Amino acid sequence: MPEYSWPEQGKRRLMGTRISRLDGGEKASGRAKYTSDLNKPDMLFSAVLTSPHAHAKVVSVDTSAAKAMKGVTGIRVVSGPGTEIQWAGTEIAFVAAASEEIARDAARAIKVQYDPMPHLVKEENLAAAGVRAKAAGEAITGDPDQAFKDADVVSEGSYGIPVLTHCCLEPHGQVSQWAGDKIEMWPSTQNVSGIGGDLSKNLELPATGVHVHMDHVGGGFGSKFNSDRWGIEGTRLSKESGGKPVKVFLDRATELTIAGVRPSAFGRIKVGAKRDGTITAWQSETWASGGFGGGGSPPLPYVFTTIPNQRKNHSAVSLNAGGARAWRAPNHQQACYLTDCAIEDLAAKLRMDPLDVFMKNADVTPRADVYRLQLKQAADLMDWKKKWHARGDSGSGPIKKGLGLAIHTWGGGGHASNAITRISPDGSVEIELGSQDLGTGTRTAIAIVAAETLGLPLNAVKVKIGDNAYPPSGGSGGSTTIGGVSVSTRKATVNALDKLLDAVAPSMGLPKEQLEAVDGKIQQKGNAAKNLTWKAACAKLGAKTISETGVNDPKNPGGLMSAGVGGCQMAEVSVDTETGIVKMVKSVAVQDVGTLVNLKTAESQIFGGCIMGVCGALMEERIMDQQTGRVLNADMEFYKLAGIGDIGEIVVKINTEPQFDKRGVIGLGEPASIGLLAAICNAVANAIGVRVPNAPMTPERVLAALERRNA
Amino acid sequence: MQPFEYANPTTVKEAVGLLGNKWDEAAVLAGGTDLISLMKDYVYSPKRLVNIKNIKELGGIRADKAGLRIGAAATIDELAESPLVAKNFPSLAQAARGVTSPQIRNMGTVGGDLCQRPRCWYYRDGQGLLASPGGRSLVTNGENKYHAILGNGGPAKFVSASSLGPALIALGATLTLQSSSGSRKVAADKFFVTPSAEGSREIALLPNELLTEILVPMGGTKNATYEVRQKEALDWPLATASVALKMSGSTVSSARVVLGHVAPMPWAATQADQFLAGKSLTEAVAEDAAKAALSNATPLSQNAYKVQLARVAVKRALMAAAGARG
Repeated sequence: MPEYSWPEQGKRRLMGTRISRLDGGEKASGRAKYTSDLNKPDMLFSAVLTSPHAHAKVVSVDTSAAKAMKGVTGIRVVSGPGTEIQWAGTEIAFVAAASEEIARDAARAIKVQYDPMPHLVKEENLAAAGVRAKAAGEAITGDPDQAFKDADVVSEGSYGIPVLTHCCLEPHGQVSQWAGDKIEMWPSTQNVSGIGGDLSKNLELPATGVHVHMDHVGGGFGSKFNSDRWGIEGTRLSKESGGKPVKVFLDRATELTIAGVRPSAFGRIKVGAKRDGTITAWQSETWASGGFGGGGSPPLPYVFTTIPNQRKNHSAVSLNAGGARAWRAPNHQQACYLTDCAIEDLAAKLRMDPLDVFMKNADVTPRADVYRLQLKQAADLMDWKKKWHARGDSGSGPIKKGLGLAIHTWGGGGHASNAITRISPDGSVEIELGSQDLGTGTRTAIAIVAAETLGLPLNAVKVKIGDNAYPPSGGSGGSTTIGGVSVSTRKATVNALDKLLDAVAPSMGLPKEQLEAVDGKIQQKGNAAKNLTWKAACAKLGAKTISETGVNDPKNPGGLMSAGVGGCQMAEVSVDTETGIVKMVKSVAVQDVGTLVNLKTAESQIFGGCIMGVCGALMEERIMDQQTGRVLNADMEFYKLAGIGDIGEIVVKINTEPQFDKRGVIGLGEPASIGLLAAICNAVANAIGVRVPNAPMTPERVLAALERRNA
Repeated sequence: MQPFEYANPTTVKEAVGLLGNKWDEAAVLAGGTDLISLMKDYVYSPKRLVNIKNIKELGGIRADKAGLRIGAAATIDELAESPLVAKNFPSLAQAARGVTSPQIRNMGTVGGDLCQRPRCWYYRDGQGLLASPGGRSLVTNGENKYHAILGNGGPAKFVSASSLGPALIALGATLTLQSSSGSRKVAADKFFVTPSAEGSREIALLPNELLTEILVPMGGTKNATYEVRQKEALDWPLATASVALKMSGSTVSSARVVLGHVAPMPWAATQADQFLAGKSLTEAVAEDAAKAALSNATPLSQNAYKVQLARVAVKRALMAAAGARG
């Protein structure tokens, strides 16, 4: 059996270099087909009728007028009389019709009578939540009461971040077709190998009965793992139509209302410390909501986990609002905000540089050396020591600049993944995995690992993903994909190469242990002159194609992948104190990723994570109306996201030092999106001299904080 | 979207013949950036669309003795890029550039900017223009951080969405409205109205009229627009001010200060106009003029911050105008 390891750091040709994504041209030119672009011959369109009420009982549903409309082929009522609706946007019925317009008109023609019931859609004020808040019970470590008495300085504050949605550029949906005893499905999913099983379970079919295809997905961020009601009902409508393909895609308003949220987090937090900045005590009273099911439980204190004395209380608030789904680094952004803003406030009270306070307390984190190194590296890239000023000492004039920082962590161990590498007698190479490329560059990463292993150029390797007929690979969640697919690809390709060397060794008159694949050749180790070209070597296979499997078993990573990273992000902002408008000047992100596969797409992941941080810190929030129980900004004009001009400069450093590299491949999509939100909000406090308690830092919140400071 | 009839006239005469006497009979389609989304959201379902993009006489920007003539179907981008506009009316060019989506600047028209419907989220959610189902104002009792701080004493609490209206009013523009029975001229400041009943509109245009041309007199003013907008990318302003100053040496002989996005219509801040007359423009004077402009503000429960933003807009627009070419 071959042994598996990554090539030594200095000997990698492709891994760790800057490689453009293989599908970049296709995507930039619009040739790439996303599922929402698919239009099959004879296809039906489905629209969904949703509840306008946040809490109501369905009294009656009359579909007769809709059924009578020309072009309507089927209606499925999913929330019939007696159903208790718990949030506005709940699916009532799906309509299939010859066109999207007819389907929408018909959905509106369904007459539903509701018996409205009282609702709660806001959680910012915990007292107002009453019985809708469920306390988790107090957790105590050490002796917090004594520790706060003994502390030289105690800092207290209120902090909050609102519910966000995923706002996937390609909304949720799929095309599906019931074809006799099997289903053809083209979903927009993060879970090519798994979504078929989820759909079939709901349709009482064997999992093998669903064939899933997907080339590209326009964003998921954690919200696209399952078949969902629209997948199930779209497929049933296909069956009822006699097997025509049916397309269901949520419109933007429905996408933003029911296709998943990031839970909010609010808290009153108290931190005690010695005069030198050593944190001795933590107390948090927090609450959060991720919808009707409550949800949202940020791990506190974040990263600084072993503060010796702690008292924690948390309540989950049930709201009549669309439910939570995993949102890029679930619970971490909230925990980071609550913790790192509270520590920044402590530093300000101590009149200390927060960089020094974070350094000082690195010992209560699980990876002190990593964070100290990253804090220093980020500070150098930000020119922190030169630019930093004490809170509020930001000079005269209405425009104030400030700096802020945060540190974060994530797991990112590779998921279960199976790959097949095929080497054909004509020299062609194919890799097959039932995986998906979320836009992160997974396709390209697989090609890099295979080409690196075979000593071939990148374009000599064909990557086939996005089909559940390929060997199963995990869903893309938790930043587990890069670890999973790089290891399975490496193993499958090492195995295939081993078989090729078996075939060519006799003709080269050398034992296979003395052969290696380098620069498009099979050659003797240490004697490049003795070689066969790749093509000539593969020709030795005769008529036989090599097909070898590689498996990533998360329980036995074998040194090829691991989990658990640190990262540090810093922000520089400029605040117009007359208007309360905050502009990004610069962000710095330093990130541990273990063994780096592709520098360019890794940086892109971090850019994307930082941009999400900018959105959350400055402008993004779901706005609910307590009167109507509805989302008021379920659109892309008031659900605000940053554009190019709002982002500022982003500087990324990926840790490739030997102590990081030797750990094997680790995912980075999620950690990249955690720290900057808190760092930006800390920078605003540093700039204007007062904490703006709740993100996003919109003009009205910044001006209100300034008014409190001046009062 | 409800089915509708589509008409594609090539002359103004033909177009006005296709309009109706009620708003739900026919709607004018120009860039469509607002109308189509209203239709897709079932907020407005006209029976006929009259496309005016193929009417040549409605396009173009040109100057003659009377002033600058802007065709109603000229795009916002043409306005933003026009050297004639940049030279004489920086306030108008600045207002056009404030529409920060290149796609909307390319598709959207000057007439469309003036006739577009408010962005009030209750209205767009199907709760009516006045957002008062059962006579109770959702705005007053709800989420009103983007709503009106001036002129909000009646049932209308939304803000006018027009980016160009304030600048055109400050510059003393006149609009030509054409119907099959003739044409009439309306001063820009009479074009915008505050509706008091559900079903009425925010403009003086009648359902059977087409806005054909905007005439901006060459007034020799110093003028500027300042927008307070959170994002650089596509975003509605939180408050804007357009100012036009007639100068006599370094003294303001007369001023027009018009606020945008703070009232159900572009808001002529006559207190500021009166305050500025006869004064020489310094930062302190600009600040006092800004205070005067907002002296009648009546903010709602969540939008007092907009008073401050509107003051900043007035001050900065005045200072920009003072620095601008006369």
